[in-house]
Amino acid sequence: MKGNTVPTAQPVARLIEQLNKLPGVGLKSAQRMTYHLLRVPVEEAKALAEAIIDVKEKIALCSMCFNITDTDPCLICRDESRERNRICIVEDPLDILPLERTRKYRGVYHVLHGVISPGDGVGPDDLKIKELLGRLGGNVTEVILATNPNVEGEATAMYLQRLIAPLGIKITRLARGLPYGADLEYADDATLSRALEGRQEF
Amino acid sequence: MSPPRNYPAEAIVLKCREFGEADKVLTIYTREHGKVRAVAKGVRRPGSKLGGHVDLLTHSQLMLAHGRNLDIITQAQTIEPFIELKGDLDRLSCGLYVVELIDSFTEEHLECREIFDLTLSTIQRLSGGASPEAVIRYFELHLVDHLGYRPQLHKCALCGTQLRPVINFFHPVSGGVLCPDCARNVPEARQLSLNAFKVLRLWQGCSFDEACRVRIGGELAGELEMAMRSYLKYLLERDLKAAAWLDRLRRERLSNNTTKLVGVDTAGVGNYNCTSAGG
Repeated sequence: MKGNTVPTAQPVARLIEQLNKLPGVGLKSAQRMTYHLLRVPVEEAKALAEAIIDVKEKIALCSMCFNITDTDPCLICRDESRERNRICIVEDPLDILPLERTRKYRGVYHVLHGVISPGDGVGPDDLKIKELLGRLGGNVTEVILATNPNVEGEATAMYLQRLIAPLGIKITRLARGLPYGADLEYADDATLSRALEGRQEF
Repeated sequence: MSPPRNYPAEAIVLKCREFGEADKVLTIYTREHGKVRAVAKGVRRPGSKLGGHVDLLTHSQLMLAHGRNLDIITQAQTIEPFIELKGDLDRLSCGLYVVELIDSFTEEHLECREIFDLTLSTIQRLSGGASPEAVIRYFELHLVDHLGYRPQLHKCALCGTQLRPVINFFHPVSGGVLCPDCARNVPEARQLSLNAFKVLRLWQGCSFDEACRVRIGGELAGELEMAMRSYLKYLLERDLKAAAWLDRLRRERLSNNTTKLVGVDTAGVGNYNCTSAGG
């Protein structure tokens, strides 16, 4: 293995090499994790191995919203108490978690699995946009664009707005401006401009 | 004496890549050092002081520190956020085309202030309301000039005779325009109308304000675009990804007849009457 010139038992070297492939896990972290697993009871190591296999074998994409799920449709799409007339569009399944943590949103979601990024050759056909348009039947009254507040997220939001506007559905965008806890002194011009535009009576 | 660890740079952000848990790797084009790749640590966290100052297509004053592999952005202050550009899908897409061209054509750490100034003024024009297609064609012509790939538009690129005001032929491989006699032996040379020939020659040598005084119809705009795209494709040896996106937006706009660019009608590729952005 690159950078490892010390003779190491083959299973140990193999585990270090595999852990090293994970994002944010360098060689030292991979070595620490490996030697930790050598010390814990065998049941704990087996539980980790089975959890990894389970995630790959049992997790798929929800056929309605394309969130990651082990049941189809996912828990949110199956929940009868959710407001199905409201769809919140996000870039990534991970974006659903913070929105759900607010406990303020009772609609359903649609996951695009990316953003439009022309420089990388990522266009609408590479995202779940066609599937989104297929969901915008008679019952949907609002689409919330919750892509990230950066250039590519905004480009995606503007493109979706262009596609959805002719359908007569209300289109909203998450408010942009100063995040709570931010310091006005360090805010950039674009953020401040949007915060000023979106100011409300207090 | 070793170079200082920290250095300032006036920059335009060309590309952003997520890195690790909260970082981004940026490709920036700087006035002082050309293209640079640098890390913006923690920028994806809500409280980051770098935040929107290092967003794509932002003109910022940065402070960087030399790193082992990548330099690190330690401070950032927006000079121009180009909010109008970022709020218009078509102009933004043109901006993304511009940054892809700069990223594709330039090497790291090769200073070229002319390219920086051209890029900055191009983005300013796009943000300021000038006809996007005029801005882009002008940018393309002057970019290749600064890069040393100025197309030959005054003499035949093969035989060297002075080109006459007739139907000539554009051949990227030869480096410019061919006279009708030479073009007979080059089947892949594309016919260039007299108007396209005149516009390219004028725009190659004039300021943007002067370029704006020329009114270009839809068909001529399309011809100019095809000529420049073919030249850029030859130089890069590939198609530009952002160009495919621009084409898609145009197709969808024509078929839906929804949004209009400034000065572009839906009857043709482009029909622009520049309004100068003062660049």
